[in-house]
Amino acid sequence: MTNASIPPAATPDIVVLDRVTKRFPGIVANDSVDLAIRPGEVHVLLGENGAGKSTLIGMLSGLQQPDEGRILVDGVPTPITSPRHALSLGIGTVFQHMMLVPTLTVAENLLLGGSWWQRPKTEELEARVAEISRTLGIAINLHARISELSLGEQQQVEILRALVRNSRLLILDESTSMLTPKGIEELGALMRRLVEQGLAIVFITHKLKEAAAFGDRISVLKLGRKVGEIPPERFRALGEDEIISEIVELMFGKRKDDPEAEEKAPRVLPAGAASLLEVHDIEVPATANSPGLSAISFDIRPGELLGIAGIDGNGQKQLAEALAGQLSTSGGTISLEGRRLDGLSVGERRESGLRYLTDDRLGEGTVGSFPVSINFFLKQVGAAPFWRSGVEQRAEIEKRAGELVREYDVRTPSLKTPVGRLSGGNIQKVLLARELAEGAKAVIFNKPTYGLDLANTLATRQRIREIAARGLAVLLISTDLEELLSMCDRIAVISSGRLVGTIENTGDARTRVGRLMIGLAA
Amino acid sequence: MSATALDTSNHTPARRDIQRRIMMTLGPILAALIIAGCILLAVGVNPLTYYGFVLERGLLSPLGVQQTLTRMAPLLFLAAGLIVAFRAGMWNLGGDGQFLLGAVTAAASGPLLVQVLPAWLALFCTFLLATAVAMLWSLVPALLRAYQGVNEIITTLMMTFLGTSLANVLVKLVFLDPTTTVPQTRTLPVEDRLPRLFDTTITSGLLLGLAAILIVHFVMTRTAFGLKLQIVGANPRAAVHAGLGVPKLTIAVFAISAGLAGLAGAVDILGVQGNVRADWNPAYAMAVIPVVFLARMNGIAAIGFVFMLSVLSIGGESAARRLGVPHHFTLVLVSIVLIMLALAEYIDHRYNQSRKA
Amino acid sequence: MTGLFSEVFLGALLFGAVTAAIPLLLAGLGEQMSEKAGVLNIGIEGMMIFGAYLGFVGAFYSGSLWLGFLTGAVGGMAVALLMALLCVRLGLNQIVIGIGLTLGLEGLTALLHHFQFSRSYPRLPAADRTVIPFLADIPILGPALFRQHLIVYLAVALVFVMGYIYRRTQLGLNLQAAGDKPAALDVAGIDVVRTRTIAVLTTGALAGLGGAYLANVGAGIFIPFITNGAGFLGIVLAMLARGRPVWVLFGALLFGVCLSLTTAMQVAGINIPTDVIQMLPFLAVMIMLVLFGRRASLPAALGIPYERGAR
Repeated sequence: MTNASIPPAATPDIVVLDRVTKRFPGIVANDSVDLAIRPGEVHVLLGENGAGKSTLIGMLSGLQQPDEGRILVDGVPTPITSPRHALSLGIGTVFQHMMLVPTLTVAENLLLGGSWWQRPKTEELEARVAEISRTLGIAINLHARISELSLGEQQQVEILRALVRNSRLLILDESTSMLTPKGIEELGALMRRLVEQGLAIVFITHKLKEAAAFGDRISVLKLGRKVGEIPPERFRALGEDEIISEIVELMFGKRKDDPEAEEKAPRVLPAGAASLLEVHDIEVPATANSPGLSAISFDIRPGELLGIAGIDGNGQKQLAEALAGQLSTSGGTISLEGRRLDGLSVGERRESGLRYLTDDRLGEGTVGSFPVSINFFLKQVGAAPFWRSGVEQRAEIEKRAGELVREYDVRTPSLKTPVGRLSGGNIQKVLLARELAEGAKAVIFNKPTYGLDLANTLATRQRIREIAARGLAVLLISTDLEELLSMCDRIAVISSGRLVGTIENTGDARTRVGRLMIGLAA
Repeated sequence: MSATALDTSNHTPARRDIQRRIMMTLGPILAALIIAGCILLAVGVNPLTYYGFVLERGLLSPLGVQQTLTRMAPLLFLAAGLIVAFRAGMWNLGGDGQFLLGAVTAAASGPLLVQVLPAWLALFCTFLLATAVAMLWSLVPALLRAYQGVNEIITTLMMTFLGTSLANVLVKLVFLDPTTTVPQTRTLPVEDRLPRLFDTTITSGLLLGLAAILIVHFVMTRTAFGLKLQIVGANPRAAVHAGLGVPKLTIAVFAISAGLAGLAGAVDILGVQGNVRADWNPAYAMAVIPVVFLARMNGIAAIGFVFMLSVLSIGGESAARRLGVPHHFTLVLVSIVLIMLALAEYIDHRYNQSRKA
Repeated sequence: MTGLFSEVFLGALLFGAVTAAIPLLLAGLGEQMSEKAGVLNIGIEGMMIFGAYLGFVGAFYSGSLWLGFLTGAVGGMAVALLMALLCVRLGLNQIVIGIGLTLGLEGLTALLHHFQFSRSYPRLPAADRTVIPFLADIPILGPALFRQHLIVYLAVALVFVMGYIYRRTQLGLNLQAAGDKPAALDVAGIDVVRTRTIAVLTTGALAGLGGAYLANVGAGIFIPFITNGAGFLGIVLAMLARGRPVWVLFGALLFGVCLSLTTAMQVAGINIPTDVIQMLPFLAVMIMLVLFGRRASLPAALGIPYERGAR
């Protein structure tokens, strides 16, 4: 890990954030943050979910304005008033969620932004793109529709867009969440090349290893404040492990290790137990918007945790929905405790003991405007004792809801509060309570810790381990490889709707999973 | 409490909430009255005189009040139907077509059935037929929405145009009363119609309407079925996730909403009109839409607003005769109310947001 | 029914079809642009009726048909401005506002008509025709298609202009982005609200023009509710045309045939009750929707107001 060229200290900072503060109703997203961004440097912004990284990015790209403090561009205090303004200042952002129009081609997306009365300057664009691609060693087909590209390629298009606009400062927001391990390496190399050409890069991540591997300078954010900075000189002086220790200390106080890398406690599964959940040859036809599934087969024994690893968008959501009954299959069987599920409706499968915790908590899992109490029973509308002859029994609902709130530690002002007002972690607890409280035999988790802060993440993982210990069969779908490695007994990798391999989680599992994810044999 | 809090006196939060609600409801009405009043000024009519006549006839004269209460009967059924649909997130704009076809069915079958069945049974069967016909009329849009995802705004609107024409065809060609010169259906004799209440001219259809809207209110707020509909309306994806059979619920919602509209038509014929004249289209369903929004889809509140609409409707007819302002003005007024209501909600939302910050 | 295939009938039918199709065409093209940009413009019927009223008033008091077209377009744009302000800028519910505007304007124009014209029911003189040489002499088709008012040819030309805009200009790209993924447009530095407002105002102008044509050329008179669902038919055309202006033209002609059957039959002496025939266009619409409704492609961000930073 070497830095090819470190500019002399006299090089002016491109952008400086001076005691920038931003508040939202109920929280302070950024609290008096100072940041200096220099050309020729990869400046990493490191922090867990909720630390305020995305808000800073919003202000740098003109989507939001700071409440206090100021932003200096080339030494001059400059409020960045709109995305257009940010672009004109040379600030290009690649957001975490894709900001490309799926129905247009690459070229058309890159051309967005011209004045509306003109003809699109296609030839100019093609020449420019060819030039940039050459110097950077990336290849993109300008006439491909965005919806046809892989997520990694889409990200390249976004980077390309920033470069075509002559950005001097490139901001990459959590760009590695959609990439294979190899893709992440390539992105790191690309960043290096860009920085050598004099660009400034701000790289936002919550992953320590990436920060240590790719950064020249690291600023650590915690709960809206900047708690520390590791400059390049220090970087060169220390080894990777020492860097990680120092970062950990900044983020969490004195702690021995990477807090998310928990040791996987060795577990003994009852020998010879028959499979609880058996899935055989599931087929789902592909559609315009989503990959299909083919020949999906696996078994989970009672108490076993099977993980599904893979890059987002390879059929994970379809798999979860096919098992739950929300998506109809064109072939294959699903059995729970020997009973066939594949002909049953969503409600019937749930009654048989199959539970599905969706990743889309507000879009699908709950009704945000309904009270917390009702959301507990969304999947049991009409069932006794909460409804008798179709009529609602308020007392019963309130009683049970109160019990669940206590048992699962849901922080809410009252049972009547609309569930949409709760924090992400508490909404997740409502979902956990709903799915796990009674009658669960096999549970499907889809990205259960996504978007949660550290405390809630650990608590959720703990619950998952508990129910496995109770003898349930657990399917854990996640794009967080570390999470899978720390929890699962076996890990299968899904790619383009197929399971390309299943490995035992022992020893060099990380390497073997990584190989499967990029298409090699484990 | 933030420094921008409006009320730091010792009002309890509940009272402040009620105050806000009242303002949010009366505000749009007042604003609409003023704007519509300006329109009246522009065509040379004194708005105060106009509103005075409306109140005089619709509310203050004994005969007028009875007419107002009678007018409420079909409007209550329509409001009930709209509440069911809108709460489930479905825009049933076919109310007028369903109303007319229900009315024609009632007008056609009523006079026939009373000749062979005892009165109460004849009326009951007529209601049933009208409901069934109206439900059928909503079937195609319902199926298109449930299974093909086709936007029901357009399909129900088209069915309204189609239904209006069909109603006219039925009146002029099929059920025409040969004994009169005016094109209309055979008239149901007054003694065979829905009985009046006590000594008044108020139709007992009013009681039926009240019953309908109260039942709808109960079902929507206290039953499992009503909750399911609300889930579909509030978050369709959550409805799928929760295992609710959305297509079947969709068809049920359309059927209920259309059936109630058909009942509205039947009540109007069996209780008031006695027959359907050619080219008759009071367009009640459209006028009820703002009422339902004002009431925030709450059945009990809707009763009050339907009363207000009734006053406007009856009073407006009288003012039309005395001032020469056609009844279209009622439509203008309620439309402005609708728009003002949407604006008021927006202003309230913004105000809340700035208070929290 | 011997008159059904007579030259008289076919000639009247085709001529009437073109005349009836133009308002639908203009409404459909307008609505198509709004929908492309992500705005579901239910208020288009209100824009048309107001355009019809203002167009008639303009032509009546000035004596110039073209001025009437101008006032009609301006009237439609005024309504569209209101719609843009309330729905695109402030983000109010597009369906609620659309219904409110439509009902309110239908009532308002009926009201104004009552006070202005209900005693006299004035008519406009028959519109001038622009005859295209040679083509106008083709039997049957000639008089029907090529002896129309100039505005008809302009409207048809507009179909190709719209196609060009959508496929070859920056504006077309921006509109599609505004409808499919407004966040991408915002990030590229273009004002989403402004782009959508352009679309809505264009819709208003076209719808108003269509209404003015209906009153001034098609009917020669303004009566309340004269549009009778033409705006909604325009929405159907836009829905089924899947983004291609040419399909709006075909659909408009198809519906135009249905609409003109009444007068054509009267001219040819065929006796079918008016009310039955009046059902035909809407019946045709329902059949089209049943057959093709599922494939009606609508942009992803349709009907959802854009808020920067909202997810």
